[in-house]
Amino acid sequence: MSSLWPRIEPLLEKVSKPARYIGEEMGAYQPRHGAGRVAWLLAYPDTYEIGLPNQGLQILYEILNEREDALAERTYAPWVDMEAAMRAEGVPLFSLETHRPAGDFDVLAFNIAAELTVTNVLNMVDLAQVPIRSDQRGPQHPLVMAGGHCAYNPEPMAPFVDALVMGDGEEVVGEITEVIGGWAVAGCRSREDLLKMLAKVPGVYVPSLYEARYEGGRLAGVRPMEPGVPEVVAKRTVADLAEWPYPKRQLVPLTEVVHDRLNVEVFRGCTRGCRFCQAGMITRPVRERPARQVEEMVASGLARTGYDEVALTSLSSADFSGIEGVVERVVRGVGEDDVAHAGPSQSVQRPSGGPVSVSLPSLRVDAFTVGLAAQVQRAKRTGLTFAPEGGTWRMRRVINKLITEEDLYAAVDAAFSGGWRRVKLYFLVGLPTETDEDVLGIADLARGCAEIGRRYHRNVTVTVSVGGFVPKPHTPFQWFAQDTVAEQRRKVNLLRDALRGVRGVALRWHDPEASVAEGIVSRGDRRVADVIEHVWSHGGTFQEWSEHFDLRLWTEAMAAAGLSLEECVHSELGEGDVLPWDHISAGLHRDFLWQDWQDALEARAVTDCRWTPCYDCGACTGAGIEHVVASPVPPAGGSQGTGQDLTEALVAALLAQARPAVGTAEVPMVGTVPVPVSETVPVPVPVALGAPTPGGSCVGTRPAKLIRGPV
Amino acid sequence: MWERVIRRAGLPVAYSKGFSPRPLLSFGLGLPTGCESTAEYLDMVMEHPVDQGGLAPELSALLPGGIDVLALAEVAGDAGSLQQDVTSCTWEMAVAEASDGELAERIASALAAESLPFVRERKGREQSADLRPAIVSLEQYRSDGCRAVLVAELSTRPLGVRPVELASTLGVKSSSTRRTHQWIDHGGAREEPLPLDAPNGARLEACAP
Repeated sequence: MSSLWPRIEPLLEKVSKPARYIGEEMGAYQPRHGAGRVAWLLAYPDTYEIGLPNQGLQILYEILNEREDALAERTYAPWVDMEAAMRAEGVPLFSLETHRPAGDFDVLAFNIAAELTVTNVLNMVDLAQVPIRSDQRGPQHPLVMAGGHCAYNPEPMAPFVDALVMGDGEEVVGEITEVIGGWAVAGCRSREDLLKMLAKVPGVYVPSLYEARYEGGRLAGVRPMEPGVPEVVAKRTVADLAEWPYPKRQLVPLTEVVHDRLNVEVFRGCTRGCRFCQAGMITRPVRERPARQVEEMVASGLARTGYDEVALTSLSSADFSGIEGVVERVVRGVGEDDVAHAGPSQSVQRPSGGPVSVSLPSLRVDAFTVGLAAQVQRAKRTGLTFAPEGGTWRMRRVINKLITEEDLYAAVDAAFSGGWRRVKLYFLVGLPTETDEDVLGIADLARGCAEIGRRYHRNVTVTVSVGGFVPKPHTPFQWFAQDTVAEQRRKVNLLRDALRGVRGVALRWHDPEASVAEGIVSRGDRRVADVIEHVWSHGGTFQEWSEHFDLRLWTEAMAAAGLSLEECVHSELGEGDVLPWDHISAGLHRDFLWQDWQDALEARAVTDCRWTPCYDCGACTGAGIEHVVASPVPPAGGSQGTGQDLTEALVAALLAQARPAVGTAEVPMVGTVPVPVSETVPVPVPVALGAPTPGGSCVGTRPAKLIRGPV
Repeated sequence: MWERVIRRAGLPVAYSKGFSPRPLLSFGLGLPTGCESTAEYLDMVMEHPVDQGGLAPELSALLPGGIDVLALAEVAGDAGSLQQDVTSCTWEMAVAEASDGELAERIASALAAESLPFVRERKGREQSADLRPAIVSLEQYRSDGCRAVLVAELSTRPLGVRPVELASTLGVKSSSTRRTHQWIDHGGAREEPLPLDAPNGARLEACAP
């Protein structure tokens, strides 16, 4: 046994939060290493508290450990104090289960869910005593792999990662295991042979087999260098969530972590079509888990873990078919007939233990949603969060987040009258076509909400949280020029001035400098790799953390790499421009995205294709799958959370401004009845090395850690 | 952690009233990070009396590895809180880099001293305090070629002294520290919160492998 524990234990008394490094969580495996088993070390490049709850990592952890030919352990980024202690003592990165050196594993697989964690990936590889660049690794080193939402533009990490996985990971991890296992048995074949074999697995991208060409200082294309390597790597999509009821044994940590509760994924994918939201675009189509399975997973999960809170996770949980019934049965306790009400205003009690609360991350903005929240949050009515994202109706049509002012005010009214006293509103600034009027619209909405609140309570708080928009690959906004730091600051200052002295409104904002660094990684090409290495080698780890983030490191690194922010981040791109991720497919047709971008510029909205005709985005047809939605009709609250049913009138209004059809889609007829979606054809699942983080989604694009303020 | 264990065990723990009900649990004195213990206590308020037969091993099985329930007993509803009642704790520290003779000397001089000033950092400010009044007893046991073990009973008030502070004031380096007893003083007679039938844990391993 090669446990490093005797060398790790003496370090623990010197560092903060030593429980981060001991493992021992309930649900953890104690895998047996040995011949015939491919050893995976699943790594999350941020702290234990952030990484442990990640559902994607936990799903793959279980799937791999259930296999006869694989095993998986976990590791997280050691905090700076632990890293210093480890480096001082020569202790390499280690796994939590058996405290084995990371370098002893066959695969070191990272979930990259946030752009600024990329420097931590390099740091962890280096701590593992593995060369950070793929071309310096030899047969004695583990394969370094990555997945997660940031893998959809793999180019900035191309020289560091041996292989990246696009899309849902449930199936592909098994296929990769078989390839590695077969290669290991064959013995004498080279690492290059293994990489070529992996490149043949659908969804796997091996950057070293592709060449990036530049013309006149601009990217001209990323092409395979030899036959048999796919020109376009398409994401993996699991057709039926019902076949993957994971995690079955969610890890229960010994110490406090974020999202410290049971998490049950109710569906994957989202077709609301918010144009800024990468998660909604790349995880299509919508695949619901059968309600019955959700209830079973909740009941068994609560009994097993002892949690008193469960989150029903997805990108917009109020859209789950029959959500009201599911929530009601969950709160009541599945299979428990006799319900004991403790009192009129108290939570429902379970026979054993206290009240169970349900949390629904990523809720729509409408009164229905608040009703749902009231149903599940009988106990703690502390705060409710809504994400209108845009300050004016025009702006919200541009981003296709179709919430009217009335929807928002109705939701806020319902919240304040229902006993809540704090409301949080998320907005983006730096959106396409944005004017100062749109920015100031945010202040108007905030004022309006506070006024509604004072009808019910003497003191209310409306917190306005503003993030700077970062255009993401595989979205209609991928061609858009991101605002500069100065412009984002100017807009935030406009808001500060407008909200100065306004009672009951607090303004917080995401650091515009961090948004720029995110922009570099989000849409950079292969040359950005040098930038990332420079930032890392100059001490730039934990860049997601405001106390460690330093834009100067990034701008210096850009200069050192001969790149300009202006060109990389702040320039608008044209239809003919080569994008660094053109050789990666998230299932979406490029012409669909371009058309949606043109529609955005004209403030033309589109409806949700779950319940209305197809726009042929490509997600279903390309993968030969379709939406799995249990109910053929939209949930109460209607399309896009407008608070209106998807009646003919609304459909007509939206279609009257509809764009021309793309590809082969027919032009939707005015007054079309929502097309029922088959209940019987179930469809697909999570992510390669990274399903949605609970609480992820559009709201989750801004780490709370970086939010500053109040004014 | 305890809340989850209680729910899994189905114990009828009473909940606080109000908007945000919490189970009524109260812990004794906090254990400093990095210390072991064989003497931690927890009060749980029950809705109704429970059958304690077999409960200790049942709870141990639900707790994380390394945490075991050694004993359970019903206490009167009007018993004081652990936090307030405990007056002193016994600690054992395996001492590195000191011969038996040296350690004995240091113990003797510490006990002979009228005051043992030390500096404590609190909220970024340094405060000086006297450690001597907190020492109820101080001795060492066992040597036979292994590291010496320092056994100290430290009072919890007026100033709760941490074992690490004692070690640094004595000028010794402790490699592992274990709390072995918490004591409640009843007018001179001290007793533990729970009478333990079982031997109170193993003594600290002085000859750790």
